[in-house]
Amino acid sequence: MSFVPATNEQRLEMLRACSAASIGELFADIPKTLAPPAPHSGFFGTEGASEFEALTICERLASENNARIVSFLGGGFYDHFIPAAVDAVASRSEFYTAYTPYQPELSQGTLQAIYEYQSQICRLTGMEISNASLYDGGTAIFEACKMAMSSTSRRKVIVDCGVNPTYRKMLKTHTAAISVDIAEVPLWQDGGLDRQRLSGVIDDGVAAVVLQNPNFFGVIDDHSDIVDKCKSVGAIAIQSVYPLALPLIKSPAEQGFDIAVGEGQPLGLPLSFGGPYLGFIGAKKQLARKMPGRIVARTADAEGRDGFVLSLQAREQHIRREKATSNICSNEALCALRAHAYLSLLGKNGLIDVANLCRNKAAYLRECVKKSIPSIKITDRPIFNEFTMALPISADDCVKAMAERGFAAGIPVGRYYGGDSDNVLLAAVTEKRTKAEIDCYVGNLREAVGVKR
Amino acid sequence: MSSIIFEKSMPGRRGATFPKSDVPIADAIPKQYARTSPLALCELSELDVVRHFTALSKKNYGVDTNFYPLGSCTMKYNPKICEKIAALDGFASLHPMLAQLPGCGGFAQGALAVIHDLENLLCRVTGMDAFTLQPMAGAHGELTGMMIVSAYHRKNGAAKTEVLIPDEAHGTNPSSAAVAGYEVRTVPTDPATGLLDIGAFRGMASEKTAAVMMTNPNTLGLFNPRIKEIAEIAHACGALLYYDGANLNAIMGKFRPGDGDFDVTHVNLHKTFATPHGGGGPGSGPVGVKAFLEPFLPAPRVVKNDFFALDGNCPDSIGPVAPFYGNFSVCLKAYAYMLMTGGAGLAEVSEQAVLNANYVMRSLSGHYDVPHLKTCMHECVLTAKRQAERGVRAVDIAKALIDKGFHPPTVYFPLVVKEALMIEPTETESKETLDAFINAMIEIAEAAESGPKSLHAAPVSTPVGRLDETKAARDMDVAFL
Repeated sequence: MSFVPATNEQRLEMLRACSAASIGELFADIPKTLAPPAPHSGFFGTEGASEFEALTICERLASENNARIVSFLGGGFYDHFIPAAVDAVASRSEFYTAYTPYQPELSQGTLQAIYEYQSQICRLTGMEISNASLYDGGTAIFEACKMAMSSTSRRKVIVDCGVNPTYRKMLKTHTAAISVDIAEVPLWQDGGLDRQRLSGVIDDGVAAVVLQNPNFFGVIDDHSDIVDKCKSVGAIAIQSVYPLALPLIKSPAEQGFDIAVGEGQPLGLPLSFGGPYLGFIGAKKQLARKMPGRIVARTADAEGRDGFVLSLQAREQHIRREKATSNICSNEALCALRAHAYLSLLGKNGLIDVANLCRNKAAYLRECVKKSIPSIKITDRPIFNEFTMALPISADDCVKAMAERGFAAGIPVGRYYGGDSDNVLLAAVTEKRTKAEIDCYVGNLREAVGVKR
Repeated sequence: MSSIIFEKSMPGRRGATFPKSDVPIADAIPKQYARTSPLALCELSELDVVRHFTALSKKNYGVDTNFYPLGSCTMKYNPKICEKIAALDGFASLHPMLAQLPGCGGFAQGALAVIHDLENLLCRVTGMDAFTLQPMAGAHGELTGMMIVSAYHRKNGAAKTEVLIPDEAHGTNPSSAAVAGYEVRTVPTDPATGLLDIGAFRGMASEKTAAVMMTNPNTLGLFNPRIKEIAEIAHACGALLYYDGANLNAIMGKFRPGDGDFDVTHVNLHKTFATPHGGGGPGSGPVGVKAFLEPFLPAPRVVKNDFFALDGNCPDSIGPVAPFYGNFSVCLKAYAYMLMTGGAGLAEVSEQAVLNANYVMRSLSGHYDVPHLKTCMHECVLTAKRQAERGVRAVDIAKALIDKGFHPPTVYFPLVVKEALMIEPTETESKETLDAFINAMIEIAEAAESGPKSLHAAPVSTPVGRLDETKAARDMDVAFL
């Protein structure tokens, strides 16, 4: 099945119109010596499956996954409930089968949706401008650092180790070939920010300081003091945030940050084994010309009717080529539209409700573990919906034992932070976990770490 | 314009419900950490939101609406079954960490199998030895490819600083090379052939050259038959040859970049492999390499022993470019598409894509100038030079097409052609649709001869007319606050 509608008669007719005797003639520019050699050419003779057969194959593969395991996994990616209307509006094929809105008159739907999405991100983070989206929360940090380096003409970036370790790795990947000096500042052992050490390395050679709130250990903080320090030396302060925590915790703008970034997956995007997700970015207005990617702006036509266009395109790769602010072209527009629909449906009150449910359930789990499993050590640092536990056994062994009991218990922190943290487990709770599931988790955790009932 | 969603907000209205808390209410977030600024989000009912988005969707144009001949974008039909497959709960609700946790790898065998199998299929189509699905868009694939090139040269202690790119390349090529830290040097096109000027290229290639980025067929829709010669020149100075797979839809079954001595390639799943473009993404830009570059691919890699597993022990890897395994559900849709086409279907895809493009070009060649009137591949480039002399520019033709119910072709690209109209019909369009488009283009050419003024007002059938881009850049109204 190739989804080609041409009939044999039509093909012949079209070939005649092209003065060609055969399809092969149209490929005459490709030297015969470059044709796929045997046995590799054989692949291009293999027949495809019917729609039903393809579905059956994929249903079997889907059944070889266990997406229904009771999950306490987080680490930046969360199992939140998605209202059906998000899927319904994002399934409008006028949205999902469209290309980038280069022809604004035919794309007012996508363009207005992106403009509104940019507005949502600004309202959530408190920032003044946003863009049409970036690939994910990790590449968003890279792009934010590039903005900072470009606007300060400095090449040093300080990254707090509370930033998601995968994002820190991604930043290293993306900067390996360019001259950037990246310095990571370790956390206290319980996951808190080492303020003194961090402040000590922020000097007038620093382009950017990157922090995360809540950080990877789930700890919430107020980074205003660090931002002040950044301002005193002319460095750009960047905060990576968990968007669903923002209804409750201080927004990046309230702490004075210049750039806010984050992963938009919690805003109505399915986990989908790693993507597609959504990198969001917000910034102060004076950084507009350093922003990567597409930005939608409101304007008017000759008759004075309001409309939307891609704007400030002189920053972008198709105009500036090698001098562009970024090479990003396709972004995650449909994911941004989903996030916009999610935020619109939940609205102010729904978002506060979800944030509170997450917070209450995580607090309940933390209290239950504290009370009934004394061998597990938990700090009292303030959290949103995720926290770490120091277990009496290795976190790897615990996760293995819990998996046999039907739980994805959390993420062993030692795989990222090494040595001392091998027994540290990071557990997250979303609004989808019930009290019964949490109680059951605690009971099983007691047994898994070796405390008999 | 539909009113902005925030203007529709009614205090107290709700569009989603959540369960009452079944656990005790926790202590409030300590004041020092709590948000104090208002959360100014909208308050709407579910129906309010659905109507708002439905109204917006009616002001949009997709492949499902009508013909979308946007050159270099491969706007082919996106089979619906692929959407259904991506939404299967076993995939859509699967947490990506599961595959990495001790004792949990067994919970993600189906998803890992998809990654493994799709990587293999892409190897077979392109002739490369190994693929990564991590890059999250075409440009991200280019950047990943350039970072692999850079890691390879660093490992070999070669100090290479330049990437050579033909002037007709996509804008992402130069910027991707620049983001990877390279200086970009532009190789001219030979105006007589529309192909890379090999003489100039030979003069520019040096020991400083890290890579040469080629699109073949190029953005003029022409296949460069001297590709082996280009590869020899590049390899002789220790440079790697990069294949931009944006135009892969032209050559499946006829030419594999790997057989043309290309070392690195990316492919666009949202072009060639029928995954929808989503109004600007999510895309997916897997990168393929020859065996000697496999150690540099992003980690972790999916491996198959008795079971599928992840291998993170890749000391030469450039590291991760995505948080997990790339835009998995996009990859899954491409996988489902390839299950249905088989290799034979993919070969048929390219044959029909090329026939459709040639048919459109030949049918319009009497009415528009064609800079290189010879057999093209999957897309053709016309110029509105003749019409521009009468005051009708490429942009006017584009807008006039909108009023005739078609999405315009890509205009003013490639940059090497003045007043360019770049048309890529794709294989999924019928002859009836192509004929209707051809007739519309001919009518516009005739209108340009007789009364060009009427074309300057187009489009008149859309919710808005031509928009003031200068005002947009000046006012910078980018958020409703």
